[in-house]
Amino acid sequence: MNDQPAIVIRDLHKRFGDLQVLKGVSLTANAGEVIAIIGGSGSGKSTLLRCINMLEHPTSGHIAIQGEAYAMRPSRAGGLQPADRRQVQRIRAQLGMVFQNFNLWPHRTVLENVTEAPVHVLGVPRDQAIARARQVLERVGLGEKLQTYPVHLSGGQQQRAAIARVLAIDPLAILFDEPTSALDPELVGEVLGVIRDLADEGRTMVLVTHEMAFARDVASRVIYLRDGRIEEEGTPEQLFGDPQSAHLKQFIRSVM
Amino acid sequence: MENPTLLRRMMMPHRLIMAAMALAGLVAIIATMQWDWLPAALPRLWQGLQVTLAMLAGSVVTGFMLALPLALFQVMGPSPLRWLSLGFCTVIRGTPLLLQLWLFYFGLGALFAQFPEIRESWAWPYLRQAWPYGFLALTLSFAAYQGEVMRGAFTGVPHGELEAARAVGMSPWLVFRRVWFPRALHRALPTLSGEIILQLKSTPLIATITVTDLYAVTTRIRQTTLLTYEPLLLLVAIYLCLSAILIVGLRWLENRIPTGR
Ligand SMILES: Nc1ncnc2c1ncn2[C@@H]1O[C@H](COP(=O)(O)OP(=O)(O)OP(=O)(O)O)[C@@H](O)[C@H]1O
Ligand SMILES: [Mg+2]
Repeated sequence: MNDQPAIVIRDLHKRFGDLQVLKGVSLTANAGEVIAIIGGSGSGKSTLLRCINMLEHPTSGHIAIQGEAYAMRPSRAGGLQPADRRQVQRIRAQLGMVFQNFNLWPHRTVLENVTEAPVHVLGVPRDQAIARARQVLERVGLGEKLQTYPVHLSGGQQQRAAIARVLAIDPLAILFDEPTSALDPELVGEVLGVIRDLADEGRTMVLVTHEMAFARDVASRVIYLRDGRIEEEGTPEQLFGDPQSAHLKQFIRSVM
Repeated sequence: MENPTLLRRMMMPHRLIMAAMALAGLVAIIATMQWDWLPAALPRLWQGLQVTLAMLAGSVVTGFMLALPLALFQVMGPSPLRWLSLGFCTVIRGTPLLLQLWLFYFGLGALFAQFPEIRESWAWPYLRQAWPYGFLALTLSFAAYQGEVMRGAFTGVPHGELEAARAVGMSPWLVFRRVWFPRALHRALPTLSGEIILQLKSTPLIATITVTDLYAVTTRIRQTTLLTYEPLLLLVAIYLCLSAILIVGLRWLENRIPTGR
């Protein structure tokens, strides 16, 4: 394996029309790190996360996954766009993304949701993919729900299935965008429990969250994003125990 | 588990009464009306049924395949094709099928006959007959209606599901094949079955351009037997059976995947 950082972002800018959302963000996630991104609504957290797997195309800046930089070319809108679609697909297949709204495919069973990418994207033989899917679904506590369709699952179960779907490809990093924000309060714990297990196991993760206590608990590094810039960055103890910026102090007071 | 509940549902009082009434009506029809022509007419009816079914199946399958690009162009462009598709769907849906049928048959048919190149080509033996024009009109009509339905179905698939597919590294084609299309199709199925029934009920129009479908056969039987009601009643019964089979079959298909939307 190579010892490059899992994710490197340098001077990332992103503009939607006239709205400047990211104004020069740099960030490195080393293998095994759990990076929590916190910040107010509209500060650009989701946009930052979505640039990592090119669901959003940056206006300028550099992104590399495990040492491989996305090949970009100028777009007509004046920003950048991927120059090599296959490269993007190949890199995406090594990253997992967990969405706020789960986004399971409702026309497939839980098991089919989990085997979909291994079989159809990575070309893993079906029986191997099924064996692996059983394992990861067992891990997230859904070993009994293989043949169930997503509509028949609770929100917490759906999100755990979505995490299993990501684990099935054994990603080199997992991106979480507010994985518990759409859940009823009593279901948040079961999902956070699964994410905590993954952190303990040494998975590389970037986690956008409003669960400050959780971020403090599992993150190796916390990033406070405000108005498209990283305003403060450090260990959870530093950021939550001894915040420097006035905005961060106020933000922490408002959410804790 | 399925069968006992089905049986119990069939045994409900109002259903039993309805079934009894239908049975009584049937007995009355058979007993009081004249059916002696039926055995001799069966082969012709069978042929007419085959023509009707072939026209239905052919136009539904071909029309649906045309509907996909019509819908996708309207959803994704490019712009000229979007307007072309939109125009096509609007014109076809906005004019009577009967008119289209006659325009194709009398207009196109006469036009083709003027070109020696066409008259001498391999296609002429077909173009001389009526059914290709009937098939064309039915197909385009189904394509236009279904194109509209599929357009709505494609845009209605939640964006997040497609994004999740892209995020695992699927190519655009794979996203379409594994998520977008199956989801859209499933959403469109209830409307699709309605459209297929409507299409079945449109097929008799091709009798007006001399295609001998089930309806044309029945008309001819009425002329030779001088009977008013019996052949028509039979026709009603056959169309009803066909509709019922289609409805049950498509409902079954729909229920196989419980997406809850
Ligand atoms: N596709 C888009 N087109 C236009 N504007 C967008 C788009 N996506 C996001 N924005 C805008 O960019 C800004 C940052 O959005 P982003 O979703 O990254 O914020 P966030 O930090 O994730 O907020 P939240 O906590 O509410 O999820 C917002 O003002 C949003 O309205
Ligand atoms: Mg967000």
